[in-house]
Amino acid sequence: MFTFQFVSTVRLGIKSLMLHKLRSFLTMLGIIFGVCSVIAMLAIGEGASHAAQEEIKKLGSNNILIRSLKPAEESREAAAGARRMAIKYGLTYEDAARLHSTIPGVRQVVPMRIIRENVRFSRNEVPCQVIGTLPSYPEVVGVDIVRGRFLCQLDELHQNNVCVITVGLARRLFPYQDPLEHALRIDAFYYQVIGIIREKNMPEQRTQAGRMEGEPLDNNVYIPLSTSRTRFGEVLIRQAAGSFQAEEVQLHQVTIQMKDLAAVETADSQINTMLRRFHEQKDYEVIVPLALLRAAERTKRTFNIVLGSIAAISLLVGGIGIMNIMLATVTERTREIGIRRALGAKRRDITTQFLVETVVLSVGGGLVGVLLGIVTPYIVSHFSELKTIVTVWSVMIAFCISGAVGIIFGLYPATAAAKLDPIEALRHE
Amino acid sequence: MSDRVRMTMHSDEIIRLEGVHKTYSLGDEVTVHALRGVDLTISAGDYVAIMGPSGSGKSTLLNLLGCLDRPSAGKYFLGGEDVSKMDDDTLSEVRGRRIGFIFQSYNLIAQLTVIENIQVPLLYQGKDLRHYHDRCMQLAELVGLGDRLHHRPNQLSGGQQQRVAIARSLINDPLMILADEPTGNLDSKTGQEVLELIDRLNKDGKTIVLVTHDDRVASRADRVIHMKDGVIDRQVALKDRTNSTTS
Repeated sequence: MFTFQFVSTVRLGIKSLMLHKLRSFLTMLGIIFGVCSVIAMLAIGEGASHAAQEEIKKLGSNNILIRSLKPAEESREAAAGARRMAIKYGLTYEDAARLHSTIPGVRQVVPMRIIRENVRFSRNEVPCQVIGTLPSYPEVVGVDIVRGRFLCQLDELHQNNVCVITVGLARRLFPYQDPLEHALRIDAFYYQVIGIIREKNMPEQRTQAGRMEGEPLDNNVYIPLSTSRTRFGEVLIRQAAGSFQAEEVQLHQVTIQMKDLAAVETADSQINTMLRRFHEQKDYEVIVPLALLRAAERTKRTFNIVLGSIAAISLLVGGIGIMNIMLATVTERTREIGIRRALGAKRRDITTQFLVETVVLSVGGGLVGVLLGIVTPYIVSHFSELKTIVTVWSVMIAFCISGAVGIIFGLYPATAAAKLDPIEALRHE
Repeated sequence: MSDRVRMTMHSDEIIRLEGVHKTYSLGDEVTVHALRGVDLTISAGDYVAIMGPSGSGKSTLLNLLGCLDRPSAGKYFLGGEDVSKMDDDTLSEVRGRRIGFIFQSYNLIAQLTVIENIQVPLLYQGKDLRHYHDRCMQLAELVGLGDRLHHRPNQLSGGQQQRVAIARSLINDPLMILADEPTGNLDSKTGQEVLELIDRLNKDGKTIVLVTHDDRVASRADRVIHMKDGVIDRQVALKDRTNSTTS
């Protein structure tokens, strides 16, 4: 019985609203835009923070990265005293060993030398990052071994001329051949390809000379650290802006994997303290992905609050629009209210009728808004680089708020309608 | 308790007004004494016309009879229930259940079709419309609109609209039908048709209370009540159902 009455009330509400299609539509627009903007904004915000968090997560939340940094010009000269042929800076092999032995909670320390060289096979030549590292690299940084194997201890011990390449490089360098049957050439030496890997999460590699724009990130060649040391030497000569520059860098990056998250928290300051003691100048940077992640989450929370209040304001404006129209409607339909009251409608019947109309308006607007709000982020990410994520909870919240707006802003006009005196209302022209 | 006793004494009496007063306050100090002690009884099957110049209190009396308002003083019994003590919700219920209204300006609901308009009083009695479809059809046939069930009021002539209103007033099988100038907006021919319809309802046993200032309309009633200055000036029995009384 109740549901039947409710259904007929809703149908009546829709019917009354359809009498003034344009007016109802314009009233709904406020809610439509409100709900749509809430969902779309949250989707863009979520997408942005998701992208940032993914970027950080790729570094590994249990990991701490230490990168060599070229010190600023003045401090470098002050520190060097006299002009030297090669600029010497960055992390050393000793640093790596010290980190491993002194910092509590360390599981792995993976030093890396990152050298930019062109890699050749046959007539193909691809600019690459030649990364000298230890066999434990795959355990610290997520790596899928597609074919063959990664470097092993013997390679390191014997300074073998072997290399592991990434899938992208294999495709570029060996379009028609099986890479595992060939050796590629770096500078003057040949390295036998022993494996092909795919990096699950390719951290952005920064080298001293900055990035080469437009270069695909997955052109990596991995060789044993010892091989890198003997084949390339400590002094790297780099051609930059028409002049030669010699640098002496032992390690470009050290990735430390900690045993657990708690160890990460404490290790940050310990590493800084230790490195400060052995480095005259700050020629390194410590990156703690976990801390970055926490910061990103904090930013996201602030962002959500800001977006939420903007959305709340737009929905508030929509709600006021609804209330305004409903008040006008009540005046316009005073006669109808009088008739209904004469025919036996109680006050609460009138309240329900007008409340249902408002809720139909706002919920209808909410539904359209949800649809638009889901479509808009797709359009945005289709035409721009922005990544968007429509979350279920944002849709739910937006929709529920639209319903609540209908009830809150419908209550006053509805009670005003119910309070009308039936005799006066019947006399109303 | 005494109310019940009185009702058992006059079993066919459906309306009894005892010393009913109604005052309105307009602003702070101005009060209008619209009714100054009205006594009236109406029995089941009566056909009563209420006449009087404007300001005589006939609209106020009609509002009271229709349970749209409560008397300031005095008692009003409708079908054995004391209306003067009811709260707003109960009054609404009594209106819906006991009284059928016919208005001068038809007062149909514009967004509803003929059949939906007829159904409106059922809605507020909490009844399931599906069980009343046949009854609505019968009533529509009765008033001669069986072929226009899905028309909207603005697609109907005045006479047709008034006939929809009559069908609507009958849907809850009320104790009494209150008609407020039912022919006031109609030309004489359609007005005549509407009046004949009302006559027929009375012959079928419906109690009719009709407010008019047209003598020819009033002459159809069994009894004419003349209002003047908030009291019943005189009652004239036109047919031999009741005795003529003057007050």
